[in-house]
Amino acid sequence: MLKVIRDLLRYDSRFRIAFILLTIVVVMIILSFISPYNPNKSFQVAMDTPPSFKHIFGTDSRGQDIFWWMTFAVRNSMIMGVITAAISRVISIIIGLTAGYQGGFLDRILMSVNDSFVILPLLPILILLGFLLRDKMNLFLLGVILGFFGWPYDARLIRSQVLSLKERSFTRTAVYSGTGGFWITMNEHLPFVLPIVFATTINNLLWSIGMEVTLSVLGLSDLTTPSIGTALFWANQHGALVSGVWWWIAAPTLVAIILFLGLYLLFSSINEYIDPRTRLRLIGG
Amino acid sequence: MTLLSVNDLRAYYQTEVYGISRTVRAVDGVSFNLYPNEIYGVAGESSCGKTTLIKVISGNIKPPLKAYSGSVKYDFDGYEVDMMKISQEEMRRAVRWKEISYVMQGSMSVLNPVRKVIKTFEDIVETHQGIRDRKAFLEQTRMHINQLGLPAEVLDAYPHQLSGGMRQRLAIALATIFHPKLIIADEPTTALDVVVQRGVLQMLKNIQARSKNTVLLVTHDMAVHANVANRVMIMYAGRIAEEAPTEIIFKAPRHPYTRHLISSLPMIGVRETKTGLRGAPPNLANPPSGCRFHPRCPFAEEICRVEVPELITIEGQHRVACHLVKEGKL
Amino acid sequence: MNTDNKLFDLQHAVVSFRIGGVLERTKLIAVNDVSFSLSSEKPEIFTLAGESGSGKTTLARLLLGDLEVTSGKVYFEGRDISEIRKPAEKKAFMKKVQPVFQNPFETFNPLRLVESYLFDTALNFGIARNRQEAADVVDDALRQVGLSLAEVTKRYPHELSGGQIQRISVARALIPQPRVILADEPVSMVDASLRMEIVNLFRKLRDEQRVTVIYITHDLATAYYISDRIAIMLRGFIVESGPVEEVLGNPMHPYTQLLKESVPEPEPRVKEAWAKNISLGATEVKEYSQIGCKFASRCPYVMDICRQVNPPDVQVNNRIAKCFLYTEHARQPEATEAQDAPVAQQ
Repeated sequence: MLKVIRDLLRYDSRFRIAFILLTIVVVMIILSFISPYNPNKSFQVAMDTPPSFKHIFGTDSRGQDIFWWMTFAVRNSMIMGVITAAISRVISIIIGLTAGYQGGFLDRILMSVNDSFVILPLLPILILLGFLLRDKMNLFLLGVILGFFGWPYDARLIRSQVLSLKERSFTRTAVYSGTGGFWITMNEHLPFVLPIVFATTINNLLWSIGMEVTLSVLGLSDLTTPSIGTALFWANQHGALVSGVWWWIAAPTLVAIILFLGLYLLFSSINEYIDPRTRLRLIGG
Repeated sequence: MTLLSVNDLRAYYQTEVYGISRTVRAVDGVSFNLYPNEIYGVAGESSCGKTTLIKVISGNIKPPLKAYSGSVKYDFDGYEVDMMKISQEEMRRAVRWKEISYVMQGSMSVLNPVRKVIKTFEDIVETHQGIRDRKAFLEQTRMHINQLGLPAEVLDAYPHQLSGGMRQRLAIALATIFHPKLIIADEPTTALDVVVQRGVLQMLKNIQARSKNTVLLVTHDMAVHANVANRVMIMYAGRIAEEAPTEIIFKAPRHPYTRHLISSLPMIGVRETKTGLRGAPPNLANPPSGCRFHPRCPFAEEICRVEVPELITIEGQHRVACHLVKEGKL
Repeated sequence: MNTDNKLFDLQHAVVSFRIGGVLERTKLIAVNDVSFSLSSEKPEIFTLAGESGSGKTTLARLLLGDLEVTSGKVYFEGRDISEIRKPAEKKAFMKKVQPVFQNPFETFNPLRLVESYLFDTALNFGIARNRQEAADVVDDALRQVGLSLAEVTKRYPHELSGGQIQRISVARALIPQPRVILADEPVSMVDASLRMEIVNLFRKLRDEQRVTVIYITHDLATAYYISDRIAIMLRGFIVESGPVEEVLGNPMHPYTQLLKESVPEPEPRVKEAWAKNISLGATEVKEYSQIGCKFASRCPYVMDICRQVNPPDVQVNNRIAKCFLYTEHARQPEATEAQDAPVAQQ
């Protein structure tokens, strides 16, 4: 594992940049645990002061130090994103692998369900859910909901990969070696599918955090919990741009950019690394 | 007069992946000549380097392939070309299709699948010569096709409507439209059925006999060489093992590899047990020292492990790279 | 009726597919009225020879149980294989009928160690009870093909040559102690210098392990070298079959004659017959959908009846040819009932 990281650090510039960016993110998350300010309280510091040494991102109209508030925001957004990614990966892998390998009736049913989810207009539904669950909505719940909506595209992708893998000779060899369907999927097909899973995970993370931001900006999420989206919501509520408190908008935007870019570069470089074709070139194929 | 003179050519593939750098010495010291009016066969198995050799000879050198040393010089009736120095522009303008043309395995790489065949002809002629009189061009193309024994109707068809054998023959027709001095045929019939293969190879022979140009035929199928080539060169692991007129290669080969190869070829009518060669062709990223065949050679001696055998002429046009043959032991 | 001393027994097997899109569907008969049998008492090497589109690959899949017959019957050891549905029965069938595939570099997953398939086979078919025993079984099988576990262990497919992988593929097929090995073009993608090893191996399997080998190929030279019997396929039909020395030495069917003439020999004296100019079709003649004999459009001896009716199987001594030339039609053009010649050949 360490060797992998060392190789990537040395030879892949994307990974190096990603490493730096994500280190910043991780540091911020860690810092959230030792924040001198409570994110839920107001009027802790002077209001609307621009960025300075004392307050790196400045302060907002509620008397919060934006930097320390963002550390919580980052933490929460990441947690939510990870929940979504985890749930949707699991669902999409299970459905994609099963539909692809089993084929037939099961495949048709699963894909019908899949396609129904695909055509659902997600934003309106989330907005609706946002209204309905107003009080009970929190980031965790949002993560779970997005997880249950975020799998269809990827399931289809995985399924089509499995369909082509099924036709390859080594699948037949495995069949004639007496291996059952489940183990064929695990041992023969999954290694080819994993790069896709990684690639789609990044999409998924970005999508879910983006969704969260959208919902929060619209005021439909749990507005008391700090997150990148709620930061923007509150900034808008207080007319930050109009009153010249630009740093209140800039801070979450900057953090979002660091986060998104870091995640993208990370998965892009890891993805190339674990791609079977690259692995073959490495081993000397 | 020598059409092509290749001298001590070395071409390697250099790759670097995550810090692991690998040099594949695909062509490692190859020297030979091509003369007008002959069919020259290049034989060899997988990873012998023949594909790389063709790439270098036809000016198709792209990274990670690099020609490190040696020379590739052409003499097209006075027009001299140094393949290592020529510009891509001159290649395109004067050499490709006009002096050297290419027939590959899989005709679809040259026939445009979405246009009628005649259009592909037009494209090529337009690019390399320009068409001033369209009627004359069509007439000439039809004549050319007919001369090759193909019905003129195929020009109006789309490639997918034609059989594999017909497409391959059209690829040959395309390759000969400017009557080039050298036609390089790289595994032209490998994927074709045996009856179709026969037709395609006959066409190639007829063309060569009529225009008296040179055909460089690359294939691993020895039986094809036996029926088509005048001289044959056997490549092994990036080097030439033996080169001789076809009759001699098959009837009196000297190099241990050639001898074993020839004796192991199955023939209809023969059921006596034949043996294959033990071992496998070497990995060209890490080839054996000295003579690259020595790990598999039943006659290998100490010198074979240490020194690279020179390709020497033992008689007339017969050259062999083997210490033991040189010393008269084989 | 099927008798028990037959390993495989095909009776008028037909496999047809519907191909085409929504608006136009045509029927493609890939395997057409094929009958032959293999004895279970005497192992042999039986070759199915044919060009591309002959149906030999479809027939191979039929024999492996991948496809079902559209009509006719396929019996294995006396049992109709279309009745084999339960997983346990399928496994028992696979234990006895094993394949060797054409492309050595696709036969094994490039991301898995090659030996893992051999271990899987040994454990899944109950040949070994644990990994310890499996290691012995695997080593044994590898030795039978001229390799050993030590040479092959911890290696990925691309680290080995095509010839080595094919031998490992044969070793894997041998582990369940099958009765039949079905080798689909096993040497066409292997270097010429390594081919003989593998082809000789099949002889050894027949003689020492008493395994029947069904060898599918388009290469008549290797077919001649190792087969006992050969069946020549054209567009789904078996046009000629019999002992290989007779069929290839003295071909009866005009197609077999054409094939034999067209094979280039590795002998530089120009084979006159090969050099004789032949004409090739411009477009893919729709030989599949032709009525009557599929070779009629190219046959130098074609008669009217050839284009109207499928030729019958005519038995001449111990050979069968599907050709009107060997019926009374060659002498008097009168309609005869097409009769099916008896199938069993020893």
